[in-house]
Amino acid sequence: MTRITVGHLYPEHLNIYADRGNIAALERRCAWRGIDFQWIAIGPGDLLPDADLYYLGGGQDRDQLLIADDIARHAEPLRAAVDDGAGVLAVCGGYQLLGHYYRGHQGDEMRGIGLVDLVTEAGSRRMIGNIMLDSRLDGAAPQRLVGFENHAGRTFLGEGVQPLGQVVHGHGNNGEDGGEGVQQGSVIGTYVHGPLLPKNPGLSDWLIGRALERRGQDQQLAPLDDGLELEAQRVAAAIAAR
Amino acid sequence: MLFEAKVGLARATAVTSRTTGRGGGTTLPGRLLLRLQADALQRLAERLPKGAAVVSATNGKTTTAKMAASILSPPLRLCRNAAGANLASGVASAMLRGEDADLGLFEVDEAALPAVAEALAPRALVLGNLFRDQLDRYGELELIAAGWRDLAAKLGPATALVSNADDPLVASIGRDRERHTWFGLDDPAAALSEMQHASDSKWCVRCGARYAYTAVYLGHLGDWRCPSCGDARPRPSVTAREIQIDGLDAVGFRLCTPAGDVAVRLPLPGVYNVYNALAAAALALELGAGLEQVRAGLERFSAAFGRFERIDLGSGEAVLLLVKNPAGGNEVIRTLAADEAPKRMLIALNDRIADGRDVSWIWDVDFERLAPQIGSVICCGTRAAEMAMRLKYAGVALDRIEVRTDMDEALDRLAAAGGSSYLLATYTAMLDLRGRLEQRGLVLPFWQEAA
Repeated sequence: MTRITVGHLYPEHLNIYADRGNIAALERRCAWRGIDFQWIAIGPGDLLPDADLYYLGGGQDRDQLLIADDIARHAEPLRAAVDDGAGVLAVCGGYQLLGHYYRGHQGDEMRGIGLVDLVTEAGSRRMIGNIMLDSRLDGAAPQRLVGFENHAGRTFLGEGVQPLGQVVHGHGNNGEDGGEGVQQGSVIGTYVHGPLLPKNPGLSDWLIGRALERRGQDQQLAPLDDGLELEAQRVAAAIAAR
Repeated sequence: MLFEAKVGLARATAVTSRTTGRGGGTTLPGRLLLRLQADALQRLAERLPKGAAVVSATNGKTTTAKMAASILSPPLRLCRNAAGANLASGVASAMLRGEDADLGLFEVDEAALPAVAEALAPRALVLGNLFRDQLDRYGELELIAAGWRDLAAKLGPATALVSNADDPLVASIGRDRERHTWFGLDDPAAALSEMQHASDSKWCVRCGARYAYTAVYLGHLGDWRCPSCGDARPRPSVTAREIQIDGLDAVGFRLCTPAGDVAVRLPLPGVYNVYNALAAAALALELGAGLEQVRAGLERFSAAFGRFERIDLGSGEAVLLLVKNPAGGNEVIRTLAADEAPKRMLIALNDRIADGRDVSWIWDVDFERLAPQIGSVICCGTRAAEMAMRLKYAGVALDRIEVRTDMDEALDRLAAAGGSSYLLATYTAMLDLRGRLEQRGLVLPFWQEAA
C-alpha cells in the first residue's frame, strides 16, 4: 500500500489558525485515494523523525516564544531531510521561523532556523483580511490560492528567492513588493491560512504528490470530486476581491 | 449644552430608531450621547441608586447576565443591555432607557471592558472566561488578558471581583485584590477524559510549563496547577457539585456557597451553563441576594435569544444555538451529541465583522464528534460552501449535505422537511435567521424578546 508520513512540529504550541484543518485536508485526501497517511507529532525535546512532509503552523506570540529555542535543534536535521527530498509546509508564525530571524520593534530578535533566505521585521500595522494570489508551483500553469492573512510581521525574501505567488487581492509578505510566501523546491512558506489546504485542493495534491515521489511511488493521483472545495474557493475569492 | 439636554436629545433618537425598526435603539442613542459627552458613562452610572454590575467573558456573557437578572429582579429594578449591544454605546443606551432603575446590570465585550468598567466603577465585576475568539478582531488572547490585568489594578477597592477560578488565564488577574469571590466546578465525575483539541492557555502564565489538571471540565477550564512553579487554582468559595445532566432539557447541581448549599435544577443543558449559573449566583450573592432567591431565580430562567432558544416552526420544533468560537462550539456539540439520535440540522455561517471575517475557527470545532449523528444538514449564510466543506472533511456523507446560501430558502427547506431540528448560527447569522423567523411570525424581535 502506498503511504506518506507527515511530521507535525509543535502541534500543541503552534495551532492558532486552525492548523488542524491543513492536516485534515491531507489526511482525508489520502484516505479517499487509499493512500495510508501517518501523522507524527513532534513536541519539545523530541528528535526529528523521518517524514515525507514536515508541517509547521502558527502560534500566539507567547506560545511561539516557548518553542523558539527548541526548534533550533531541528535546523540541521530539517535541512538534511529537505536535501533528501522531504517537503516542508510552514504557515504564519511557522513561515517566519523558516527564515533567519524575526526582529521586534525594540530590535529584539527571535532566531529562525534559516532554512530559507528570508527575514521578518515587526511592522507598524497588522495586515488582516481575505487574500488571493496567483501561484506557479514548479513553473506550472498559474493556480489561484485563497485564504485569510493576519500578521504584523513584514517578510522580505533574499535575492533570487521566489515567492509562492503574486498577490491579486490582499497584502502578502510585506504589503510592498506584491509577493506572497516562499517556494524553494519542496519547501513552502505562506501567511495564507483559513486554513490553507482545504479550499486549495490543488496545493494539497501537489504536496501529496511530492511526498509520494520522494518514496518513489506512483504519483498519478486519482481525481476527486472537488465541487464543494472549489465552490468554497470561489466564494473566498469573490470576498477577497471586494 | 447641558448634560440633561444632551440626554434628552439622545433619548429622542431611541424613539426614532424603534419606530423605523432598526435594532430597537440599542446602540444609537448611546453613541450619540458619548459623542456629545465623553464621560457620559460615568455620569449616567452615578445616577443609579444601587450602582452597576458588569459581566464579561468570551462565552456566556448574555446568558450569565440574564441569569443574574432573573435572580435579582424582582425585587430590584434593573436596566440592562439585554439585546447584546455590549460596547460603550450599548451600555449608555441601556442607561438612557432605564431611568427608574435601581441597578445597572451590563454585559460588556471583553475588549471594550477596560474602558467601560473603568468609567462605570461597578460594585461588582464578573470575569467569566477567556477563549480564543475572532482573532482578526480581538487579536491574541494574551492581549485581552493584559487589558483585564491593567483594569484590575486600576479599579478602586469598592469594586468586588467575581472570577472563574477554573480558568488559569482569568485567575492570573487581580489575584491580590481583597474583595474577590472565586467560583468553579467541584465535581470530578463531570470531568472530561482528555483535553479538547482547541484548548487555549495550556501553558503556565507565570513560568511556561504545562499545567497539570486534576479535572478538565471544558476547554482549558478545570482544577489546574503548575507542577513547575506551584501556581494553582484559587480555592473557589462558590462551587457546583453533583452535576446531573438531564438530556437537553436541564442540568441539576448542588450549589455550594458561603451562605449554605442548595439543590438547583437549571432549565438549560450543558456544563457551560453550570459555569454561567455559578457566575450569576456568585454575582447575586455579592450584591446581597439570599440563597433561596438565587435558587428560585435560576430555576425560573428562560433562555436568552438564540441561546438554546426553542422555536415552533409549525412543522416541528427548532432549537436555535449561537456558535461563535471553538470553545463555545465544542460545548454546544458536546451537549447535542449526548443525545445520540440522528439529527436534522441547519448551520448558518456568516463572515461579517461581528462574526469574525476569518472563518478558520470552524476547523477547531469538533464537528467530527457530531458527524455520525447528522442525518441531514442544510448549510447557509455568506460562507455556506465553506461550512459544507468542513462537514465533508468531518466525515458527513455528501448526500446528507445541502448548500443554500439564501437563508429564507434554507428555512423553507427545513420547514418542508418537518420534525425537530437544531439551528447552529454565528452571531449575525443568528440575527438574520431570527429576522426571517420574525417575518414569519414565529419569534418576537430580539430586543423585545430580551426586554
